[in-house]
Amino acid sequence: MSNTLNLTLKVWRQDGPNGAGRFESYEANGIADDASFLEMLDVVNERLIEDGQEPITFESDCREGICGTCGIMINGKAHGPQKGTATCQLHMRKFSDGDNITIEPWRAESFPILKDLAVDRSALDHIIEAGGYITVNTGGAPDANLIPVPKEAADMAFDAAACIGCGACVAACPNSAAQLFTSAKLQHMNLLPQGQPERWDRAENMVETMEMFFGSCTNHGECHEACPKEISLDFIAFLNRDYVKAKIKNRKLLGQN
Amino acid sequence: MIGELNSNVPEGDIEGLWTQHKFDMKLVNPANKRKFKVIVVGTGLAGASAAATMGELGYEVEAFTYHDSPRRAHSIAAQGGINGAKNYQNDGDSVYRLFYDTVKGGDFRSREANVYRLAEVSVNIIDQATAQGVPFARDYGGLLDNRSFGGAQVSRTFYARGQTGQQLLLGAYSALMRQVHEGTVALHTRKEMVDLIVKDDKACGIVVRDVITGKVTSHSAHAVVLATGGYGNVYYLSTNAMMCNVTAAWRAHRKGALFANPCYTQIHPTCIPASDEFQSKLTLMSESLRNDGRIWVPKSHDETRAAADIPEDERDYYLERKYPSFGNLVPRDVASRNAKTVVDEGRGVGELKNGVYLDFADAIARDGEDTIRAKYGNLFDMYERITGENPYQTPMRIYPATHYTMGGLWVDYNLMSNLPGLFAIGECNFSDHGANRLGASALMQGLADGYFVLPYTVGNYLAPLLGTDPVDTSDPVFTEAEAEVNEQNQRWLSINGTKSVDHYHRELGKLVWNYIGMERDKNGLEKAITEIAALEEEFLANVRVLGSADTLNQSLEKVQRVADFFELALLKARDALDREESAGGHFRTESQTEEGEAKRDDERFQHVAAWEWTGKGNDPVRHQEELTFDYVLPSQRSYK
Repeated sequence: MSNTLNLTLKVWRQDGPNGAGRFESYEANGIADDASFLEMLDVVNERLIEDGQEPITFESDCREGICGTCGIMINGKAHGPQKGTATCQLHMRKFSDGDNITIEPWRAESFPILKDLAVDRSALDHIIEAGGYITVNTGGAPDANLIPVPKEAADMAFDAAACIGCGACVAACPNSAAQLFTSAKLQHMNLLPQGQPERWDRAENMVETMEMFFGSCTNHGECHEACPKEISLDFIAFLNRDYVKAKIKNRKLLGQN
Repeated sequence: MIGELNSNVPEGDIEGLWTQHKFDMKLVNPANKRKFKVIVVGTGLAGASAAATMGELGYEVEAFTYHDSPRRAHSIAAQGGINGAKNYQNDGDSVYRLFYDTVKGGDFRSREANVYRLAEVSVNIIDQATAQGVPFARDYGGLLDNRSFGGAQVSRTFYARGQTGQQLLLGAYSALMRQVHEGTVALHTRKEMVDLIVKDDKACGIVVRDVITGKVTSHSAHAVVLATGGYGNVYYLSTNAMMCNVTAAWRAHRKGALFANPCYTQIHPTCIPASDEFQSKLTLMSESLRNDGRIWVPKSHDETRAAADIPEDERDYYLERKYPSFGNLVPRDVASRNAKTVVDEGRGVGELKNGVYLDFADAIARDGEDTIRAKYGNLFDMYERITGENPYQTPMRIYPATHYTMGGLWVDYNLMSNLPGLFAIGECNFSDHGANRLGASALMQGLADGYFVLPYTVGNYLAPLLGTDPVDTSDPVFTEAEAEVNEQNQRWLSINGTKSVDHYHRELGKLVWNYIGMERDKNGLEKAITEIAALEEEFLANVRVLGSADTLNQSLEKVQRVADFFELALLKARDALDREESAGGHFRTESQTEEGEAKRDDERFQHVAAWEWTGKGNDPVRHQEELTFDYVLPSQRSYK
């Protein structure tokens, strides 16, 4: 049978966006190591409700590591200790009996805390809105096989497209930069033939919108370490290249007008 | 009173039906489209694609999601793929064959005309998604790759590693965000629909609760589109996301929309078995694994050895044994029921003896570990993260879990419910999958409805309304509904019982799984009705919801969803009880062939059961839409 763990949790509680936050301690005893981290919190919450205390607010949905809804700092690490793993896929067998676990929300100015561990990540959607798409109206697409895509390009675009938009990269970054997210979304499109017509405008619009909300990248690489999909830092290099080129190209085109 | 259900399927030869209908439908001229307001609830594949496309056409669209971002919707978790009748592999596929397979797969309980249209537009979906930049798998020449999926005998499934749903949703989401940028779609995140508003027998708007501030507001429009997914979480444990619920559809049902075939639920055969009471959800392992994995259990009931130590002649590859031509690729319901049979016999594997093996040893020996890793690496990793076991070395353990619901709001050929102005698309309607859905068809239906069907049919409804304004949200139909929502929230908070919402959800789920799960019988269904009603009574008197209504309060959000699940569960049991036949995912033990297959009763049940709400505690009224099969003649399924 599975083993059980007795843990002490130090959890960030905050009543609302404007409330003052504080850490509170909870004993989490008799937790099965087959449980996921969030199931451990479910158990703690059920016990809190039984005691008449408000449960800890945290967000999650698919619990399969793909929707990007979950995400908390666990002992100072975004999504916790297991590499390439979203919080919902982290299991208690990665912890030991007697552990103290500190649980906090994503900390970034652009992600205001809503309550306890839940934050507002809508700034990420503004970056997509600025250009994270290929302009193609429904019905106007040519036959899918009229656009051959070299397998390597398709595979690399997919590696970028695997981003789940959880915001761990921002939370892990000492500058609260969103370069890894933005570069993944940008290069997904910019690496594909379908994405070429809007490539330079997309780069300029997405990067400049990103800079309205987030800090600047200084190549720490913490984002990659925290990323549950292990998105490569190479995409940030691609982003920088495309942005610089875009500034030149877009200006040159303007000059020709 | 509801008269005879009219499916509004046009007359004519099925192959030209949709083309002719598109010509016959009324159009709204481009300059007038902006005068019409359409509400879309839900931003999964169906909702995002519909909102984006209607925005492109020029309608004034308001899109609502309770998530923080449209891209979180549970479409994102679909792994396997999407069917498209492209015949790129030159293996004999066609629109007609996809249509034929889908009608047959649905066990002759779907509407032929809808299914044909679905197969017809499937090819456009692939083109659309590819143009959006969806990175489908490709071969070395740069063209699209396909695989055979879920029992299909042709390779028509397009896929993006094990993350096809994610990539298609990101495509639809990007199209939606483009329209948000253009200003044609107003996006409302973190707003949960809590009521449908009907005036003069027409749907005219919705009431929503802001999940952050608790503020309840009204929104009116010329038409309301629900794209709010399925009701699989009535089982508590399912492959659905934690927040998936029936509430939007159910509130529409309570306002007069018919709910069709709630007994049809798909139990997916390849999920990771539950490990304990704390389990919050079940995780699907893509069905594509069945292409290379072999399913078996020990022959002996008393087996205690590890899988690797059990010699070949003491293993029972029961699917290969019973179904030599389809083997491990039999349809989902057949695979699920057979797993239940062997586990019920006491031959299950794992600590709790609640699973069967899915073994890749032969595939790894044949193709090499690298090939298997390239195909399924992410799934194997996910399995290891969850179970702590390495599937390259020991076989996976799998067991069926609730995955998809074929029933839903009744809609006609135009995807409109019996309430004029209320449309339902994607999983939340009942229309295309009959009693059982084929693999890789859910993504197809969501996008078919959203990109290629609804944007046409909604125009046909709106055209005659030119010059009319949406009902003002100060109208009593709205203000009274808002007041009722606020009062109900206060009632939940004031019960102050002793048990959590999750407790009751879990207990409800056990009843539904035991009595209305993979196998149903009269006795069990009657018990289900009594026991669910008793549990509901206790829930309403003894649930404990803490906190307040004017902040983020996840227990309050959930309590009303669970309340709706209780009502749905009762209807589901009732529907299953009245349908005295087996069909697809609905297996009545009283109605099976000698081979143990689902045995339909076409004389009595070749129809859709569409239920009318008549008030809490009253018996619902069962309406019927007769089904005719002019192209695919009903036959007994056999996968021997």
